This record gives sequence, C-alpha cells and structure tokens, in this order.
Amino acid sequence: MVFLLPILVFGGLLVGLTIALTVAERVLINYGVCKLDINAGDREFEVDGGQTLLSALNEVKVFIPSACGGRGSCGHCKVTVLAGGGPVLPTETPFLTRVQVRQGVRLACQVKIREDIRIKVPEEILNVKMFSANVSRTQALTHDIVEVNFRLNEPAEIEQRPGQYVQLQAPSPEGPVYRAYSISSPSYEMNDVELIVRLVPGGIGSTYCHNLSVDDPVIFTGPYGEFRLNEDPEVEIICVGGGCGMAPMKNIIYTVYDRWPDRKLWLFFGARTTQDVFYLDEFKELAGKHPNFKVIYALSDPLGEDEEWDGETGFIHLSVDKHIDKNGENRQAFLCGPPPMIEAVMKVLDDKGLKGKDIFYDEF
Amino acid sequence: MSELSPFVILIAAIFTNNILLANFLGMCSFLAVSKQIETAAGLGAAVIFVMTATTAINYGIYHHVLVPFGLTYLSFIVFIAVIAAFVQFVEMFVERFSLGLYHALGIFLPLITVNCAILGVSLFMIIREYTFWQSIAFGFGGGIGWTLAIVLIAGLRQKMRYSDVPVPFRGVAIAMIITGVMAMAFMGFAGMVRIQ
Repeated sequence: MVFLLPILVFGGLLVGLTIALTVAERVLINYGVCKLDINAGDREFEVDGGQTLLSALNEVKVFIPSACGGRGSCGHCKVTVLAGGGPVLPTETPFLTRVQVRQGVRLACQVKIREDIRIKVPEEILNVKMFSANVSRTQALTHDIVEVNFRLNEPAEIEQRPGQYVQLQAPSPEGPVYRAYSISSPSYEMNDVELIVRLVPGGIGSTYCHNLSVDDPVIFTGPYGEFRLNEDPEVEIICVGGGCGMAPMKNIIYTVYDRWPDRKLWLFFGARTTQDVFYLDEFKELAGKHPNFKVIYALSDPLGEDEEWDGETGFIHLSVDKHIDKNGENRQAFLCGPPPMIEAVMKVLDDKGLKGKDIFYDEF
Repeated sequence: MSELSPFVILIAAIFTNNILLANFLGMCSFLAVSKQIETAAGLGAAVIFVMTATTAINYGIYHHVLVPFGLTYLSFIVFIAVIAAFVQFVEMFVERFSLGLYHALGIFLPLITVNCAILGVSLFMIIREYTFWQSIAFGFGGGIGWTLAIVLIAGLRQKMRYSDVPVPFRGVAIAMIITGVMAMAFMGFAGMVRIQ
C-alpha cells in the first residue's frame, strides 16, 4: 500500500491533466474548415484547419517535393503564400533568402492553416501525381550502383522530361520518408520509370533501393524539376557527370537521339577506376549509329597493373577543357555529380563562354 | 503560518522580494527575451497568468491530496507536471486568441515550463506556509515582479543599442551587469516589509 499510493496519486493526476489537455485541444485548436486557394482561383479546396499546409496539400493530391517528411530539415517544400500564412518562423529562416522572404516564399511543412489561405505554386507541381508501381527489373551496374526499373500500375503512364526527378517513398523507423532520384529512362517510355542509385552506407533511400527485388511494390511522386531541354536541334548539348551522376544524362541522350538523330551531343563522365565505369558499351554502340554523339569517359585514379583502358585519365573537367572549343552560342550544358566536380566544370564552361542560363546542374 | 495580509505579500513580492532581482530565479528566459519591450511584456503577461494559476492549482493539490495521503515528498514532481500541462494549455490558448503574441513569443512560450521562477513560487508557498489567499497574492505579485523586472531591463537594453558598450561586454554580459545593478537598486526596498 505504501508503494501503491504514490503511484496511484501521481498516475491519477497525470491522467486527469491529460484528459483536461485533450478536451482543451478539441475545443481550442479547432479552426474549422478553411479555404485553400491555389494560383488565384485555378484550384480551390476546403481543408481542415489546424494541420500544416504540406499535409493539406498532400490530402488534396497536390504533391509538393519534400525529402524529410515535414520536419523542416530539407527545405524542399517551398511555396509562395500570398495571404493567410502568418509570419515566417525561425525554423524556416535558414532556408530562405531575403528576396524569398519578401516574395512570401514559405516552407509548406511549417505553415499551419489557421484561416483561409491563398498560395502560388509552379504550374508544373499541379501535374505531379502519386504513382504506384512494381519492380520489373534490377541490375547491378557496378559494385555499389544499381539500376532499378519500375512498371507503372496506377496511373499507368508518366509524362516526364529529361532532367526531371521523382520522389521515392522509403520506409524508415519514423514513418515513410521521400528521397529524390532522377529518372534515367527516356521520356518516350511512358509505362516505365528507371532509376540509378548508388548505395550510401547508412542511407535510408539507397539501402531500400538496393534491397528491392522483382515484383516489390513501390510508391513515388513526380515528376519534379524545372530543367527544359533546348528544342532547337542546332543547339549542342554538353552532359558532364561524375560518380553515379548518370541518370539524367541517360534520359537526355536517349530522348535526344529518338527525336533528332543528327544532333550534336557530348557526354563526359568521370569515374575513379575501371570498376566504377558503367554504360560505356551501350553508349559506344549508340555513338556508332549517331556520329555526332561523342562519348568521353575519364578515370581519375591510376590504373591497376593488369588493367587496360583506352579512354582518358585525370579529372573530368580537364577532359571538358580539352575537347570543348571556345564558343558560347548555341550550347546547353547539364551537369550531375558531387559538388567539387560541379564547381570545377562550371569554371571550365564559364571560360568556354557558356552563359549561366544555359548551364543546369544536379548536385549531390 | 505567517500573519501578513495578502496585500502586503503582493507588494512585497513585487518590490522587496522580487523573484528575479532578489532570488535570481527565471534568468534564462529573462536574458533571452529582454531585447524588446513588447515581447518582454507579452512573456511577462504569460508568466503572471501561469504563475498565479499554477500556484492556486498546486496549493489545492498540495493541501488536499499530498498532505492527507502523506505524500509531500512527491511535491516537486507533481508541481512540475502541473506546470508543464498548464503551460501547454496556455500555449493553445494564446495560439487561438492572440496569434501575434504567439509568434512573438515563439519558442519561449513553451519554455515557461522550465522557467524556475514558476516552480520557485510554488515551493516558497510551501516553505513559508502561506494560506490560500496569501499564496494567490504571492503568485500574482511574483509574476508582476518578474514582469516589471524584464520590462525595465528590456527598456534599458533597447536604449543600450545606441550606447557605446565596450566590445567584450556586448550582449548577455552587459545584461547581467545591469541586472545586478538593478538588483542592488531594488535592495533599497528591502527594509520595508519582510516576508521570509
């Protein structure tokens, strides 16, 4: 009894406090139904108040990119709030520039809906859908890079442009998280989505991808991304990738040669050793059919004793420097790889006269 | 049991035994939110409300639950639980009815939970064996005293933005120093009444 009494009293007190708080929450935090207006009357929804803007948008099937699942740590879920979002919170300021704050850019996962709210999102986001699919094929490209193919179920077709990406849902101990991967299958393949994923030790998304086997169900949202391939066939395309930064380039290359067989396109790809090289045979074969397709692979580490290599050596930006002549007109470049590589290649392309608006990059 | 009237305790809690300047309780949120008078006054209002209400609740629980069952040794944990739950309630209330204040206080509103002045008042109430109305007066006065101190310091800090403070003292250091000076000024009241 002498032990039971304090437990009963304290437990009873806590239960009483909890009940009081729950009742208070029901009564006080009840904002009723609020109007959600997207792009000035383009779409209007009625959503429950009290939730975050991100979850309200998910509910009405507007999929804003978000990698961290609403914890305010990735900064991907930016939308412009025109009215009804309250002031910018301290959790958002690290992700917003002063110009963005003035324009009303907010993180959707931090904005709580308390009143009617008007927001602006890029038109493209409204085309983003949630796809369910099954794994149709997996193939190891190198010791740590895997190519995964998904056959779409619902919706059965995807309209994507080269350079766009999807957000794959991966399970984690704290609920599902989303990880962004570029689509590597060409845009004319409407029923399939292919991703190229390097295994990051301890990474949630990449571990999940590497453990997928045929017929496993997956869920992803997409397509996201602003990149637009220049449609003028006279414009030369320069692709520079490093490490496993191949997925958007593969999409670009196959899409380009499906539509413009004679278009000029450079592919520069930097790898460490011969073990890290992939797709070289496929691209050489493609180059045989399309003489304006130039494939240049470079290895940055010295060769092993019994290895043979007929490509280039050294860092990839040096190869770009060697092969590209100085001409800023009629060129578009797409870079994909680790930040130091992007930085080095940007400098080279700048020296070659390319303008900033013609250079796009995916950094990881 | 002290014989003082609640009104004397109220005045004493504000001036002679200011919880912040005499006991130096509640320093963390005091230093963090004393940069602007408006926010300081807002937090002060929340502290007055929480302090008065939790003192009343804790008085009831202590004298009608803990003492009859002989569980006074549970008072610390029980007081903290009550304060934490009550602050949650206040947070919901402020969020619903004063969104501007809610955003201005930001993280410091939930942090009232760990404001030691709140727990300090409940514990002083036990140690000094106050009656119910004395406790209410002490809680209310303690809150007003804390608010008075933080608003005064916020006013000084706002002024100090234009003064030439030596570089090593800028920020929290000078705030600590002026708090000390003000505490000494408040010692001038000390002879008037004694409540401890």
